[in-house]
Amino acid sequence: MKNFFAELINDRFMIAAVLLFGLGFMNLLLQKNLIKKIIGFNVMDSSIFLFLASQGYINGRIAPIITNGVFDAEVYINPIPSGLVLTGIVVSVSVTAFFLALTVRLYGIYKTVDFDEIMLLINKEAE
Amino acid sequence: MNKETNFFKRLNDWVNGEADRLFPELQETDTPKAPEPVATIGPLPNKDVLFLTSYQAVALIVVIGMVSILLYTVYKLPLFGVADNPAVNEVVERYVEKGLEETGAVNVVAGMILDYRAFDTLGESSVLLLAITSVMMLLLKDEKNTDPDEELIEAHEAVIEDHNRDMILQTMTIILMPAIMLYGIYVILNGHLSPGGGFSGGAILGAGLILFASGFGHNRVKKFFNMNTFRALTTTALLGYGILKTYSFLLGANHLPTGIPLGIPGAIFSSGLIFVLDICVGLIVACTMYGFFSVFSRGEI
Repeated sequence: MKNFFAELINDRFMIAAVLLFGLGFMNLLLQKNLIKKIIGFNVMDSSIFLFLASQGYINGRIAPIITNGVFDAEVYINPIPSGLVLTGIVVSVSVTAFFLALTVRLYGIYKTVDFDEIMLLINKEAE
Repeated sequence: MNKETNFFKRLNDWVNGEADRLFPELQETDTPKAPEPVATIGPLPNKDVLFLTSYQAVALIVVIGMVSILLYTVYKLPLFGVADNPAVNEVVERYVEKGLEETGAVNVVAGMILDYRAFDTLGESSVLLLAITSVMMLLLKDEKNTDPDEELIEAHEAVIEDHNRDMILQTMTIILMPAIMLYGIYVILNGHLSPGGGFSGGAILGAGLILFASGFGHNRVKKFFNMNTFRALTTTALLGYGILKTYSFLLGANHLPTGIPLGIPGAIFSSGLIFVLDICVGLIVACTMYGFFSVFSRGEI
C-alpha cells in the first residue's frame, strides 16, 4: 500500500493530466454554450501537453541546451516531447481560432451561442 | 439589469454572462440593447427533456469509464522521471550527442525542430497560415458579410472609442511596447542559443502589436501594418522557409555537406539555416497572432 501511494505521488503529473482530460471532455459534452465547449476543448489540449512534457522529464537532469561543453546524453532530458508539445500548441491555437470564427458566424445568423437553441432553430427552419 | 442584493447571486450571474456588470449600481444608463433573438423558443417537449437527461447520464458514465481506463493505463506506464524509460532511446542519444556538431545549434530542441524535423515545422507554419486564411474567409467584412445595423453600431463604437482612449493603457503601452518588441526580437534571434525560438518570439511580437492596437486603435497600427504588409510578410516568410529547406533537402538531407557554414557554436550568427528559419517562423507567428486579433475584433486587418 505504501508503495502504491509513493507511486501515486511520483506519477502526479500524468494523473493530473488524465483528470484534466476528463474534465475538459465533460465540459465539451455537457455545456450548452459553444464558447464554453471550446474552453473545454482547450482544457483537453492542455492536459495532453502536460502529459507529453511529463513523459520527457528525467529526474535530476537539465534542459537540453549545451552551454558547458558536455555532450553526454546522460546529462540532459528528452528533447523529443518538447518538440511534440510545440506542434500541439500550434495546432490547438489554429483549431481554436477556427472554432471561434465558426461560432461568430453562427451567432450572426441565429443571435445565440446556445447549441440546443441553434439546433431547435435549424429544425424549425427545416420544417 | 437585476437589482439582486445577494453578492454571490450577482457574482454567479456575472460569471454565467447573464449580468453585464458585477456592480449594477455603477452601470451606465444608456447601454445599447442586446439584439433580439430571431425566433422565440417555447418549452421543450417531454421527449426532449427525457433525451437530455439520459444524454447527461450517459455522458457522465462514458467520461468516468474513460478516465478510469486512462488512470489504469497511467498506473501501468513506466514511472515518471526514470532514466531508463523506453521513451529515452537511441534517437534521443543521437540528438543530444551529435546535435550540436551536425546542426550547429546550442539549443538541442531548436536544432531538432528546425533541422532534423524541419518538415514538421514547415507543416506547422502552413497550419497557421491555413487557420488565418479560413478565419479571414469566415469573418472578413466584404459585400456578402455585412449587416447595416451592425455596421452602424460598430461605427458608433469606433467614434466613442477614438474620443475616450484609456489613458492608463496608453501610458503603459508607451512604456512597455519597446521592451516587449525588443524582447520578442531577442527571443527569435537567440532561438538557437537559448530557450525560445520562432514560435515563442513570434507570439511575443504579436502580443506587443495587440497591446498597441488596443491602446491606440487599429487605425494607428494600419499605418505600418495593413493587409498588404500582412500578405507580403506571411507569403515571403513561408516561401523563404520552403525554398531554403528544399535546398537543404535536395543537397544534404542526411547531413551531407551543403556549403552552408555552421559557424562557431554559441555565436549569434551560427548554426547555418536555423537562424534564418527561426526568423521566418517568427514572422509567420507574429502576423498570424495579430491577424487573429484584428479579424476577430474588426473584421479587417
